[in-house]
Amino acid sequence: MGDLGWIFISALLINNFVLAYFLGLCPFLGVSGKLETSFRLGMATVFVMVITALCAWILNTYVLIYAPYLRLISFIVVIASVVQFIEMVIKKLSPALFRSLGIFLPLITTNCAILGLAIFATNKGYGLWEGLVYALGAGLGFTLAIVLMAGLREETELSEVPVLVKGIAFNLIISGILSMAFMGFAGLFSSS
Amino acid sequence: MTQKDPKLLIQPGPQLRQEMTTPVVMRDVWYALTPATLAGIWFFGLGAFLVLLASIAGAVLVEWFFSPQEKRRYFLGDGSAILTGWLLGLTLPPALPMWMAFIGGAVAIGLGKTIWGGLGGNLFNPALVGRAFLLATFPIAMTTWTAPGDFFSIPSSVFALPLMQGEVDALTQASPLGLMKFAHKETGFFDLLFGNTSGSLGETSGLLLILGGVYLWWRRDLDWRIPVGILAAAMVFSSILFLIDPDKYPGPIFSALSGGMLLGAIYMATDPVTSPLTPKGTWIFAIGIGLLVILIRVFGGFPEGMMYAILLMNAVTPLIDRYTQPRVFGRGLDSK
Repeated sequence: MGDLGWIFISALLINNFVLAYFLGLCPFLGVSGKLETSFRLGMATVFVMVITALCAWILNTYVLIYAPYLRLISFIVVIASVVQFIEMVIKKLSPALFRSLGIFLPLITTNCAILGLAIFATNKGYGLWEGLVYALGAGLGFTLAIVLMAGLREETELSEVPVLVKGIAFNLIISGILSMAFMGFAGLFSSS
Repeated sequence: MTQKDPKLLIQPGPQLRQEMTTPVVMRDVWYALTPATLAGIWFFGLGAFLVLLASIAGAVLVEWFFSPQEKRRYFLGDGSAILTGWLLGLTLPPALPMWMAFIGGAVAIGLGKTIWGGLGGNLFNPALVGRAFLLATFPIAMTTWTAPGDFFSIPSSVFALPLMQGEVDALTQASPLGLMKFAHKETGFFDLLFGNTSGSLGETSGLLLILGGVYLWWRRDLDWRIPVGILAAAMVFSSILFLIDPDKYPGPIFSALSGGMLLGAIYMATDPVTSPLTPKGTWIFAIGIGLLVILIRVFGGFPEGMMYAILLMNAVTPLIDRYTQPRVFGRGLDSK
């Protein structure tokens, strides 16, 4: 399997950001109540992650070679401001797209999954295309996880969950079981 | 023409009584599992029986402690806790320490069922939740397979003290799937069919598992689409791989008979609570499991993927149910 394909599958399933790295848990638990909403949040995440990979690559190649110690802070500031700017552009150009994606963009931008993506891509030494594919896989993996979670949560809305665990504890238990199920993908395609 | 004495009997509804209640179905599954279980105990000895008992004990005790008091009697009476512990026990290695099996049973009922609101509320198969927990927690003990041996010799690891690992003094042997994956050695057809190989306690005897499945189908406790769909998808996928490179990939017959394939396809994936409701959804569910099993077995890091495949498709089941809702009768073609 090609390098880019492996990077994609790895970020999508094997090292799923939510279920294997436990990054981005707050939108994962907070916005997974409804299926439609969670899917749109996932799409917004894909969008922000791809922009993040692009920003990280530009920063790493042209700016940070002169000042590597500024990496963390420059990632946060540049990614957040670029996403804010794009949000304004979308609001102006396509109100429909803004209504479906836009409200989630600021929520996602400051999330640990985004910063995690930029740092992982840098540490692994990914180039531009590898970084973009990695971001796409990670974003779609996040979408997959949150959509599955939303389906499970909608299904349990009416069941008699004990009062003791109702709410966030129960959601954490569901995500734990989901994460155990995703362990099955560990080591996929690593031998071939 | 005479009539019996109350000539007209008036009762509140329901007047029709179903014979197929939860306790009846659960007991049917007990009967179906008995031959394969006895074969497992015969091959692996009394130690396997103790492991099975420990797992059932864990399940029943947690059910008793943690289910709501007003429902406790009913939950215990319907036999589902015993069945969950039993199914979990069948998926465990025969030389597993008893305390681990006990914890597995406790987790299966506690995290797999009670917390979801009891029987019918759980979205993941409880027995497999327990097994996934055990495999993540005790990876070495859960993958130490012993060869079938003397009936009365009990491996000392079964009696390991709580929190101890225990020495396995029985003859260890890789399972057929492990042999295939790491040594490319195929186990013989008849050994797989009758169960004279290493492996989990109850998964080795293919013939008896199929027999139990036929009984369940005859009693209408089981949706035939699920086992048929799983086996068909897995065999087609592995045939394609086998045709590409017969030296590297296992053949379809081996794939269908080895590991937990039959146990999972017949007894676990068919759990009516965690599988989809519509026929179309059921096919999607079954084919998904079949493909995922072969994917994990052939390309993944684990030799066996049945448990993960079923758990993953359990997670997709709410979505499948949502998008395969049949058309409402009497409405137009475009209505859901």
